Amino acid sequence: MTTTQPIVVIENVEKRFGALVVLKDVSLTVKRGETICIIGPSGSGKSTLLRCINALAPIDKGQITVDGIAVNDPALDKLALRRRVGVVFQQYNLFPHKTALQNIMMAPVQVLKEDKVEVEARARRLLAKVKLSEKADVYPGELSGGQQQRVAIARSLAMNPKVMLFDEVTAALDPETKKEVLHTIRELATEGMTCVLVTHEMGFAREVADHIYFTDGGVIVEHGPPAEFFARAKEERTRAFLEQVL
Amino acid sequence: MRTLSGTTDLPVLLPRRMPSATEWGAADGARFFGSRTWLFLLLAMSALSVAAQASDAPARAGIVETVWKWMPLISSGFLFNLLVSAASMVLGTALGVLLGLGQISLHPSVRKASWTLTQFFRNAPWLVLLFFAMFLLPFELRIGGLVIPLPAWLKAIIGLSLPVMGNVAEIVRGGIRSIPTGQWESAESLAFSRMQILWQIIIPQAVKRMIPPWMNLYAILTMATTLISVVGIQDAMTLTRGALVAEARTDLYLPLYFMLLLMFFAYCYPIARLTLMLERRFAVNA
Repeated sequence: MTTTQPIVVIENVEKRFGALVVLKDVSLTVKRGETICIIGPSGSGKSTLLRCINALAPIDKGQITVDGIAVNDPALDKLALRRRVGVVFQQYNLFPHKTALQNIMMAPVQVLKEDKVEVEARARRLLAKVKLSEKADVYPGELSGGQQQRVAIARSLAMNPKVMLFDEVTAALDPETKKEVLHTIRELATEGMTCVLVTHEMGFAREVADHIYFTDGGVIVEHGPPAEFFARAKEERTRAFLEQVL
Repeated sequence: MRTLSGTTDLPVLLPRRMPSATEWGAADGARFFGSRTWLFLLLAMSALSVAAQASDAPARAGIVETVWKWMPLISSGFLFNLLVSAASMVLGTALGVLLGLGQISLHPSVRKASWTLTQFFRNAPWLVLLFFAMFLLPFELRIGGLVIPLPAWLKAIIGLSLPVMGNVAEIVRGGIRSIPTGQWESAESLAFSRMQILWQIIIPQAVKRMIPPWMNLYAILTMATTLISVVGIQDAMTLTRGALVAEARTDLYLPLYFMLLLMFFAYCYPIARLTLMLERRFAVNA
């Protein structure tokens, strides 16, 4: 499924919070249909990088292009960008006052102004895909963490994004429910969705990623295909990190 | 609660001109004080009246009778207080919602102006604001050829709505701010506009959290409507005072004012209970 055509291009990006530099000269490219995993210790700027990709956080230097859209362009059409980029968060962030089905339907109906009947059919298909058909009319408060996270994935998919960003989506889940969510992501990746994952699940990263990036202290220390990356890390910092987590 | 029966030795707590009544009246009070508040208040009321009546001079009408006689008039005044409270609440809420939303505006000037107004009206004494409105507003408004009279009661409503506005603004701002930022972020990444996020996602959740403090504010406002008697409006308080002047009997002070207190209590206490109930229910859901 992977093509050579890049969809997300990050070039020499710098991001600062006041005096603190969180991203320093970061460059990476994601090709269409590719799944990449960004790993690294907490506070290394992984989540910030994801937030920069869909313009939740503005960058200070460099350039980010998503499907031809320059994210750091002052005249950025945020709607166009965010239609192309789906984000799933660690804390699910479902809308608690809406049912699972309504959560999925809201954005296509209100943002894209699509036909309600069509959107509902699509939303039900997506619920079936994440194996939660029977939970359509249930409110998020009554769902388990894993179920909420799968609804959140379906909600993002309902916008027909071209890239999905996953920000430590299993970090708040117990091992059992984690599996369900990882299963959903694996399915997406094999279907050809472009996925960018920030994760602490090394086993999962090794299995699904086409490319692994290791970040520490706001820079990309090392990157490579998983087999090579996990077996023969070149950098001392990478080896030290892998020793700790594996 | 026990100590109360002991403290009734103090002359200041004894009903005037009727020493015989103290024994059973106070004992009753002590016995029921620990039980339901309602029951106590009703009993205290009847004890006072009966006790007072018992020792009254035969030429005068009994206290219960007299209180009963003034009841319709004072009730009508009380109804007026409720009307004023409702009107002030509606006006204050409408203005307060605007001011609260202004405080989360993206325009720094709007935000700062709203914040300043909110703080000013929240931290001013209600009576002073009432005077402010009474004497600053003209008795009529001329807009072109149109003359809109501004009677005192209307000015009083405006005056009371000012502190309500400040407090509602703070309730609205706090309610919106209490919704986790994750809700904003996920909605933003789903391409919702700021207005859509606010009205479709944040406010529907925040309203639940705003209702209990808003109801609490309404109960406080209702009690504060008696302030309008100070600026010469015929409310329940003014009418009670009028009744006392007409009767010219000092033994009526306690029962009549007590009746007025009971009216407010009967109205505000259920609101307080309901607020508490809603608070608990929403707390479970959150």
